[in-house]
Amino acid sequence: MGATLAEKIFAKSVQRVSVKPGDVLEPNVGLAMSHENAALVINQFKEIFKDTGLELRVWDPSRIAIIFDHRVPAESAKTANNQKKIREFVAQQGITKFHEIRGDEGGICHQILPENGYVRPGMIVVGTDSHTTTHGALGAVAWGIGATEMAAVWALGRVLNVEVPPTIKIVIEGELPAMVAPKDIILYIIGKLTAQGGNFRVFEFHGSAVKNMSTSGRLVLSNMSVEAGATSGLFPPDEETLRYLREEAGVTDEIEMIAPDPDAEYEKTVTIDVSKLEPQVACPHTVDNVKPVSEVEGRKIDQIVIGSCTNGRLDDIAIAASILKGKKVARNTRMLVFPASGRIYRQALEAGYVKDLMDAGAVVMNSGCGCCLGVHQGALADGEVALSTTNRNFKGRMGNPNAEVYLCSPATAAVSALTGVITDPRKGAY
Amino acid sequence: MAKVVFKVGDDVSTDAIYPGRYMATVLPTETPQYCFADHKEFNERLNKGEIEAGSVIVAGSNFGCGSSREQAASCLKGWGLVVVAKSIARIFLQNAVNLGLQTVICPEIEAEVGDELEIFPDKIVNKSTGKTFSVIPHAPARQAIIEAGGLIPYARKKLMQERGVAA
Ligand code: SF4
Repeated sequence: MGATLAEKIFAKSVQRVSVKPGDVLEPNVGLAMSHENAALVINQFKEIFKDTGLELRVWDPSRIAIIFDHRVPAESAKTANNQKKIREFVAQQGITKFHEIRGDEGGICHQILPENGYVRPGMIVVGTDSHTTTHGALGAVAWGIGATEMAAVWALGRVLNVEVPPTIKIVIEGELPAMVAPKDIILYIIGKLTAQGGNFRVFEFHGSAVKNMSTSGRLVLSNMSVEAGATSGLFPPDEETLRYLREEAGVTDEIEMIAPDPDAEYEKTVTIDVSKLEPQVACPHTVDNVKPVSEVEGRKIDQIVIGSCTNGRLDDIAIAASILKGKKVARNTRMLVFPASGRIYRQALEAGYVKDLMDAGAVVMNSGCGCCLGVHQGALADGEVALSTTNRNFKGRMGNPNAEVYLCSPATAAVSALTGVITDPRKGAY
Repeated sequence: MAKVVFKVGDDVSTDAIYPGRYMATVLPTETPQYCFADHKEFNERLNKGEIEAGSVIVAGSNFGCGSSREQAASCLKGWGLVVVAKSIARIFLQNAVNLGLQTVICPEIEAEVGDELEIFPDKIVNKSTGKTFSVIPHAPARQAIIEAGGLIPYARKKLMQERGVAA
């Protein structure tokens, strides 16, 4: 019996020939990522070493990545103090994959890791962030863990007591219609499977629509796999993975390709055809409350947001700019754009997208998590409604439990910015 | 005996348990004050000390979905609360186990605020209604961490073994 991609990677991580769902392992970690919550990881890491008499040392400073993104530049003295404490720890431990609050190399962790070539096919990647699933787009088993679990990884280099999850194969067939995006595919899948349909499961994506999808699009599907509860969402690495790693991430050393066996055993297979897919919208207050855009058209929007680790990449900003160029954001609607990394921001500047967006009335903010999680900028007023390309619409997510958040693709968001109401981007009537 | 003090529905996210705007507060000693901060009444009762340790929150399915923030587990643990849910999202469940927050997965649970529950390893008896509901035990991988008293002592022991120091 063959192995799924995740099973192969788990087996490799413990130097075993094979593993099966339910096996309990201590997989060796290829990359361990944290952001500002490294402040808590450091605290728990010190707890583990307490009274042992051992020198406080991480297992491998070159395999730890720390990226400041959630609250950059710091919104409060408390955050600034946490960031300072992390900086000191990074220096003391010699951690090299550290991304500061900088325009030239900063950004959101789930963009920084891929664009710097830190993630490779076949790796075990863990991060103290639920959207660590993002890195499955490059053929790594990548999942979110808590701070205490990360502290144990920093100490030991392994994740303790991991149960190998069964895999659900998701086959996506067909050619996407114009103005329908990978975001619409994953929203549709989450609506179909529900917010818990993937709990304790791994997704493995296949099909003709996946073959033709850019890494940027794959990152969207992997990113939001966690919104269906999945531990991880994987794409078997292919030519596109190699192209991305070589051309965009600048990887020059050897890249190991790893594939699921043809006779792999999946818990189940879900097949969808996207050739007639409508743009999708996740309605308040759960990500699985998904409707085709035609059912929510006309809803008045106070704030449009384009950005985040889901849809803040160059192609997302490009489509928004192409829709808004020479036009104006509707009065009574605000539009906020935050690129996923400093690199993307500069590329968007060079391509003229930032100018097009600003001329249209959008506010282009520094790269980082921005208003995605409601601690920093772009909070909503009571009764306000946002339409956002981010990945969560839970009550209170954008800083106010008395507001509403709808989720959509960059095209839907940009078109709706022009009209001030939720609008189908395929109509072209803007 | 444990009293049900709060009841919530399905898909309660970690944003609801511990809102994102308090995420700069990380230490387990400081997080409890913001537990269910947007459910003002319950939060106030906690902060006034009106809720006894060992009291129960009853939840629907997929409790703790969303963000991996560990504050969501530590804030509940800080008040000594027990979570009884129909099902629990993966990262939250692991965080709870790691920190020693007691969680009970009870797919059929029926209980209202004010009910008295008796919690056994394999079942919950609702003393107020007389009904009994079976409990899904934690997987062995998680049970081992619970028995060690949480992930910190569990990891500490492994670290000491590996680096050749006696416990
Ligand atoms: S952009 Fe939003 S979802 Fe992504 S890492 Fe930041 S806070 Fe999390």
